[in-house]
This record gives sequence, C-alpha cells and structure tokens, in this order.
Amino acid sequence: METLKNLTHSPRFRNTLSWIALFLILAGFVFGTFRTTQKVDYIWRWEKIPRYILFKDRSVIEVRDYATVTALDQRGSETIVVARNRSGGERYYTIPSDLVTVSIGDELRSGQILAKWERWKTGLLLQGLILTLKISLVSIALGILIGLFTGLARLSKSPAPKWLAIGYIELIRGTPLLVQIYIFYFFVGQIFSLSSFWAGALALSVFAGAYVAEIIRAGIQSIHKGQMEAARSLGMNYYLAMRYIILPQAFKRILPPLAGQFISLIKDSSLVGVIALVELTRAGREIGTSTFNYFEVFFTVAALYLILTFSLSMVVQFLERRFAVSD
Amino acid sequence: MIKVRNVYKTFYAKNKVEALVDVSMEVGRGEVVTIIGPSGSGKSTLLRCLNHLEAVDRGEILIDGIPLTDARTNINAVRAEVGMVFQSFNLFPHMTVLGNITIAQTKVRRRPREESEKIARNLLEKVGIPEKAQSYPSQLSGGQQQRVAIARALAMQPKIMLFDEPTSALDPEMIGEVLDVMKTLAREGMTICAVTHEMGFARTVCDSVVFMDEGRIVERGTPEEVFDNPVNDRTKLFLAQIL
Repeated sequence: METLKNLTHSPRFRNTLSWIALFLILAGFVFGTFRTTQKVDYIWRWEKIPRYILFKDRSVIEVRDYATVTALDQRGSETIVVARNRSGGERYYTIPSDLVTVSIGDELRSGQILAKWERWKTGLLLQGLILTLKISLVSIALGILIGLFTGLARLSKSPAPKWLAIGYIELIRGTPLLVQIYIFYFFVGQIFSLSSFWAGALALSVFAGAYVAEIIRAGIQSIHKGQMEAARSLGMNYYLAMRYIILPQAFKRILPPLAGQFISLIKDSSLVGVIALVELTRAGREIGTSTFNYFEVFFTVAALYLILTFSLSMVVQFLERRFAVSD
Repeated sequence: MIKVRNVYKTFYAKNKVEALVDVSMEVGRGEVVTIIGPSGSGKSTLLRCLNHLEAVDRGEILIDGIPLTDARTNINAVRAEVGMVFQSFNLFPHMTVLGNITIAQTKVRRRPREESEKIARNLLEKVGIPEKAQSYPSQLSGGQQQRVAIARALAMQPKIMLFDEPTSALDPEMIGEVLDVMKTLAREGMTICAVTHEMGFARTVCDSVVFMDEGRIVERGTPEEVFDNPVNDRTKLFLAQIL
C-alpha cells in the first residue's frame, strides 16, 4: 500500500500521467472534428487544393494559317512572334523567349507547332501567400520606423512632438483597422494616387506604428536612468546615448512584445482583402466561391498563415538567444 | 579648476525640497576634496550639478573656466573632460568590459578602435583586472564592476573625476580595492571631488573636507581640522554618529 502511494506521488509518475492526458485530449479533438464533419455530410476533396498552390502549365502554340514571320518582339521573358498571312492579316503568338525557333522571313504552315512547354506556375493561394508576406514585411519595416520615431517623440519633454505622438497613438488605437484601411484606400490613396498595395501597406504600417511606439516607449522607460546618466557623463550626446546604450538594451527587452505585435500584423493583413488586394484570405474566399470546398481551402489558408507566424516566432527566438549572451 | 558660485537648486517632487542653498566652493587643480554630510544634505546633488546631470536654478558653475550654466556652452564637450563614477556603477550590461571602456573613446573622442582598445587594456591593468576584458559586467563582482566604471571614466582622459558614493553599494571586503584605485589617482595628481563616508580615504589622501547639511556648506577645512576639531555643532553630531 505504502509503495503504491509512493509511486502515485512520485513526480515522474505524475509527469507520465500528464503526457498521457495531453495525448488523449489531442486525440479526442481530432476524432471529434472528424465525427462532426461526417455528420454534416461533407465530401472532402483535398486533391483539389494542390493546384491552387502550384500547378503545371501545359501549353501548345499552333500556327493558325500559312504566314510569314515579319517581326520578333522580345518583351522580358516572352517574345511575340508577328506573322502576316497571304491576305495581309497579322497574327501574334506569345511564346517564352528561350523557346523561339523561328526567325524573320520564315514561312509558317498551318498546324505547325510553334512552341510547346510545361512550366510550374504559382496558384492563387501561393500568390496570396506571397502578397501577404510582402505586405507584412513592408508594414513591419515601416511600422518599426514609425514606432521608433513616435516612441521617442512620446518621451520628449517638448510639447509639440509629445502631443503629436499622443494624438497619433490615440487616434490609431481608438479606431478600427478596417476603417483605417478604407480611409487609406479611398481618401489618402485618392489624393496621392497610391496603388492599392501601397494604400494597404501604409494603413497597416501606420496602424502597427502606433502600437510599436507604445512598446518602444515602455522599453526605453524600463531601462534604468543611470544608464542614460552614465552615457551622458561620458560626453555622449542624446543621439549617441540612445543609439549605442539605451536602444540596444531596450530592444532586447521589447523583443517578445514586438514579436506578438508583428504576429498580429500578419494576421491583420487579411483585412486588406477588402481593397481588391488578393492576399491569402481573399484568395481563399475566391477559391471557395468557385469550388465550394470551403473546408479544405480555409484549413489550408490557416496552415499557411501558421507557417508565416511560426517562422517569425522562430526568428525572434533565435534573436533572443543571441542577445542573451550578456546576461 | 572647479568654481561654484552662489548655487541654488530646488526640487519640486511631492513637496518642495531645497537641495542646494547658496553653495559656493572652489577646487584647485590636483586638489582632492571629499564632501560628507547626512543623507539628503545635497552632497550628491552638488556633485551631479558639476557635470550638469542636474541643472542649477541660480548661480554659476565654472569647469576649467567654462561656465556650465551658460546656454551656449557645449555641455557634451565639458562632460568629456569630467569623469563620473556612480554609486550603482551603471556599467552598460550589453557590452563587454572592453566595450564599456572603448565606446565613448570611439564615438565621442573618435579614436581608432585599436588605439581605444590599447588604452582600455592599459587602464584595466591599472585597476588590477586585465583578465576581465572580454567578460560581461554581470559576470563581475561589485568591486570589479566599480573598477571597470573608473577605468571607463579614465579612458576619456578627464581633467576632473567625480565620485558619487563609489563604495556605498559594495560588500565590505571589496571597498579596499576600489579605494586603492582612487588613492592611486589622487597621488598621480588627478583633481578629485568625491562624496564618500570612507574616513580612511578622506584622512589619508584628501586636501580638504566639505561638510554639508540641509543644502548648505556648513564647514570646510583640512581633514585634521574637520575631523579632529569641528567647529560647527552639526558637524560634531554627524561625526559622532559615523565614527
């Protein structure tokens, strides 16, 4: 009896028990999801998904009528073959430049195969993923820049930068991101004739900047004021002290909240779908409406977001470990 | 070297605190002055005013003839000539010891890296910890950290060194090693202004002792005069408490 009690109270036994519990919960969750979908009588068609990520583009360009090649117009990686038929009409065939075999003056037969190729092309989901990545990276970079300046302005003793920073932060944090995106698209974008990509990217940057500013302000304030005094007493000016003494230390501390903010930003980028940017979520919706395979599409979309956010987490963890050497 | 004329400083935190009231003093070249006094007597504030970490309300402070209180003075240039050592060391924790000592040399004095490192290594030799060049401050004892802080200030080749209770945060067995460095500096002819309660230091190397109370300089004289024959009652009371 005593031995049994010893066993059940041992930390190792409890640890094992906890692992078993974890496994059971996860298994229960997967099984539950599986049973639920069976109930709604849904036909899973996962095989439809891969083509929206990568697909093989098979093309055969066939000559339509007897003609003579009159011009080869190279445009980037593609070349337009201009062919004039006997009645004087012109036809244009667009083929990859490296597959051009004809030259000016060549006679073309009807039915002759001008070029034939198979290429991997990015599907709508992958294009959406790339756009999401691009707009997120641009917004993160601009967000850090805006946040850094606003954070420093917020800490300034002089009223103009301080109150401008407070006004900006309160304005952005007090209005919905979706509304901000509309304003940037319809109002700011209209005035400065921005593309929808830049309207979206700027809206996200300005949004992120307000939150980053508060994170940076808190980070700088968390550094003991003796650090600034020591730096200044060595003759460093404000800029040098910030650049070499305060910000490196603050950056190390704010890395975790900053990472959280940027993970949020990647997810919030799904809102720019409303201004005709086919980012990941919008791509998913478009595929959904044409195939009705909403389940598979949005599970895939979620997984792709997870890849982005998880990679960011990994990068941040790597940075944290690198900064930890001085602890 | 240092001239303080009729300086006033008042803090308005929760209530009004008169930290410095009509303070005047002079420190000559190569002179070593110790400021003593009860806590809250304004001695640290006076020291911090000497390199403009605190701005004075009224009065004038001249460092090597340059008025700190003049708005046209490039305060950073003056500070580069005035080294300061803090009670809580204030080393830069994200840099190695070598980095701590070279950063201001390279960024403020614009010395080349090799030269800065050479100076840093010589100073580490001088303060007795040449083997710690690549360590981070968190890996050092308090006494070692304070010696690095002194080396960091000396790397700028200052004309004046200010010490703000440099041994107060140290374990007793580490006080000696820091005081030894300070004594060496004093013997080498450095102008020193120190807030400290180390009477041994004050007696052996100081030229004069200043006693402050409630923001005023109450008594000033040689260590023998102030410690052995204090004139003022408050000085007597204070000395009776700490000795």
